[in-house]
Amino acid sequence: MKYQIIFTLNNEKVQHEVEANKTLLKMLREDFDLTGAKEGCGQGECGACTILVNGKPVNSCLMLAVEADGKEIVTIEGLSDGEKLDELQKTFITNGALQCGYCTPGMIMTAKGLLKENPTPTVDEVKVAMSGNLCRCTGYKRIIEAIMEVVENNKN
Amino acid sequence: MVKYVGKSITRVDGTKKVTGDLKYVDDIKMPGMLYAAVKRSIYPHAKIIKIDTSKADALTGVKAVTTGKDFPKRVGLYLADKTFMAVDKVRYCGEAVAAVAAVTEEIAREAVKLIEVEYEELPVVENVLDAMKEDSPLVHPDLGDYKHIPIFHTMPGTNISEHFKLRKGDVDKAFEDSDLVFESDFYVPHIQHCPIENHVAIAQIDREGIITVWASCQSPYAVRAALTDAFEVPAHKLRVISPSVGGGFGAKAGTTLEGIIIPLAMKTKGKPVKLTYSREDEFNNSYVRQAMHSKFKTGVMKDGRIIAVKNQFAWDGGAYTEYGVNIAKSAGFGAVGPYDVANIHCDSYAVYTNNPVGGPYRGFGMSEIHFGIEQNMDYIAEKLGIDPIELRRINAQKPGGRTATNAVVDDACGLLECMDKVIKDIDYYTPSEQPKEPYKVRAKGFACGMKAPSMPNNAASSALIRINEDGTAYLSVSAQDIGQGSDTALIQIAAEILSIPPEKFTINTGDTAHNPYEWQTVASRITYSVGNAIIKACEDIKQQLVQLASIKLGIFPRDLKLEDECIMSTIYPDKKIPIKELALGLNMPDGSGVHGPIMGRGIFVPENIRNFDMNTGLADNPVVFWTYGCYGVELEVDMETGNIRILQVASCFDVGKAINPDLVKAQSEGAIVQGIGSALFEEIIMKNGKFMNPSFMDYKIPTSNDMPEMKVSFVENPQKDGPFGARGMAEPAMIPAAPAIVSAFYNATGVKINELPLTPERVIKALKGKNN
Ligand code: FES
Ligand code: FES
Repeated sequence: MKYQIIFTLNNEKVQHEVEANKTLLKMLREDFDLTGAKEGCGQGECGACTILVNGKPVNSCLMLAVEADGKEIVTIEGLSDGEKLDELQKTFITNGALQCGYCTPGMIMTAKGLLKENPTPTVDEVKVAMSGNLCRCTGYKRIIEAIMEVVENNKN
Repeated sequence: MVKYVGKSITRVDGTKKVTGDLKYVDDIKMPGMLYAAVKRSIYPHAKIIKIDTSKADALTGVKAVTTGKDFPKRVGLYLADKTFMAVDKVRYCGEAVAAVAAVTEEIAREAVKLIEVEYEELPVVENVLDAMKEDSPLVHPDLGDYKHIPIFHTMPGTNISEHFKLRKGDVDKAFEDSDLVFESDFYVPHIQHCPIENHVAIAQIDREGIITVWASCQSPYAVRAALTDAFEVPAHKLRVISPSVGGGFGAKAGTTLEGIIIPLAMKTKGKPVKLTYSREDEFNNSYVRQAMHSKFKTGVMKDGRIIAVKNQFAWDGGAYTEYGVNIAKSAGFGAVGPYDVANIHCDSYAVYTNNPVGGPYRGFGMSEIHFGIEQNMDYIAEKLGIDPIELRRINAQKPGGRTATNAVVDDACGLLECMDKVIKDIDYYTPSEQPKEPYKVRAKGFACGMKAPSMPNNAASSALIRINEDGTAYLSVSAQDIGQGSDTALIQIAAEILSIPPEKFTINTGDTAHNPYEWQTVASRITYSVGNAIIKACEDIKQQLVQLASIKLGIFPRDLKLEDECIMSTIYPDKKIPIKELALGLNMPDGSGVHGPIMGRGIFVPENIRNFDMNTGLADNPVVFWTYGCYGVELEVDMETGNIRILQVASCFDVGKAINPDLVKAQSEGAIVQGIGSALFEEIIMKNGKFMNPSFMDYKIPTSNDMPEMKVSFVENPQKDGPFGARGMAEPAMIPAAPAIVSAFYNATGVKINELPLTPERVIKALKGKNN
């Protein structure tokens, strides 16, 4: 059984037909070739699949695609404007906040959602907000520093 | 004056990773792609009586079905004991018995359910110590028929697939001479690597019979070797592509699911077949870090000198030990940790059980043995009334001293320097400030560690560099950047020697059809080994450029140098020619050309790494280098809940030369947090041969909340044969984590724990034991 859905994807209105049991993550990766969001667990425990739904970070492996109907979806691919990177993308690079890169899109999207809601969180708030996104490589230090650099800029 | 080496230049792979542009194997979609699913054993040990695939075959959408019988040849890196799918019996719960390729993942999974397997259960070998007993059921009754590299000592008729013996000096006499003798036992459980990217591979076979495999793997050439061996195809007809790797830590060093999809691809007439592990598969069916029991008997003199060590390591290798045998051997090489002990008797055993397959995990062998070695040092220090740091200083391997195998310790052993640095950074001798809550205690702890790359003596590297007509360059190697930053560091080395800025390089990796040979991306050997190959490729280029420039400029070669992307006269600096003008060779005044395009070739194999003596384990030069270092830790224990919080960690390692200091520090930070996981949370729980906690819900790894304050540093005593003096560090950087944490726990509570991890339950139980 397929459903018609209409939603905004990375600032563009789209209409799509999707199976009832397909996850949002699968739809983005398979039907739209947006492979920036990754599947690390498929069970809502690693955050590699994080995207923004109406501005809030969501594990797209846990959400059904049909639920995207009427919503505004932003993936890592929608964060940069051509070659112009988002502030967070830049500080992740300059702080060396990535190694293998597999957790990186999810990390950045979670951070983006956090800063949308609260542009100037404390370090501890950032650590807590990021704790649903697993990274096995970096030890998190540089990830937190990259986010805090944007927070500092937000204060000025 | 160095320009690029030793500088913290920004990673070259940042943009593609922060934008989601980088394609990992699971992101690859191909026309006509089929999806595989695997039927797995539900028993840890059972004979396969019958496999009926007829219903699966008949399901609409199924394109191929395969079982172990299709390719029964045993293969393996060090010991040929495995097939990619079970043939006559299954040896662990989850072992592949059949596989299906279908037009969708759902159909493939449905088809797998339709495969019927009839088993006859066999007695299960669960515990490694029982497995070593004479009357234990055998996991591999045919061990005697398996091929293996001659340095391993298998014991057919038992479950022991490797017995490494180290016999140095005269331990019995040394124990008699000792003032005191200590005995202790330790245990580290199975843990899992947990890269965030699960294993994934795609295989396709074209009409010419060329097999292409896209795999998330650390070592494309090792994968090719295993697959050409198993499927008996020529190397030039098997191409392994690894476009990017989402973390490895050793889990992706070998060959696993590639061997399951090739037989399927052989039946699908050119259609690519993809298999992606779920997180549960990743936990259960990729290499685990082996569990290990260690026993130590240590003879010491009152002044603190350790004069005798007798120890035994029993490694739970699981169902197959093609890689595990080498872990047991490596542990034997480092039998007493970073200490200089004259009399050693060590037995290290790789043992088959019906547990998940053991394999290389960051710093293999060494993290596990140091857990015991370092705690032992603390106990001995306490009993002798000697400061534990002082005890380590007294016994430390120092330049001119001896390693466990009796090799002379290199001048470049900076362990004592590292210790000084860490003691200062963690302010070790100032007691922790105690928190207000009376039920919380804080304390500091300390541990040392060391590791050598464990690899065949002749593990080789190669590099090709091509200069483009505009003076930019391609660097081709088969080192895989699995996150550690090798793409960046290797470019820095080439940039330095060729005086071409890093941004003018593109590095090509991960394709056996186009990039030259590399043994494996493991063992913290890439900067050292590939770096050396790159230096040679650069020298090759330099020599060609100088020869051409000499003709062009009319200057004798000895008076020419390479600087600022030009060949120039050392005497008249304005006499020069840019590299780009020589890139395609030299144009002569009469219009003719000479030489042709500039290409550099570099090859490297470590010099004079020799086998050890099979009877004594002694060897004067068995490894390329040892990397030494240490940790200081401060933690807080909640005596009511048993929760432990790591407050700060200082670490320091002797890296020889940091090609990119920021990348070195990033490796140290990642290692600390991974080490905290292994000390506090991580443990595979096995029950009746079943893996009970294969999810991030039930197997916790550290999050950003668990991150301590980190002070990471390094010292640089150059490696004499390392590129710019560099030696490997990314694995050594994790080794002292668990023992340093346990040491701090002991200092906080006065309670010894000889088993990892320090979960709240284990802590509470231990604290109760103390109060009774
Ligand atoms: S894949 Fe969605 S949380 Fe792990
Ligand atoms: S960078 Fe590898 S998992 Fe985070």
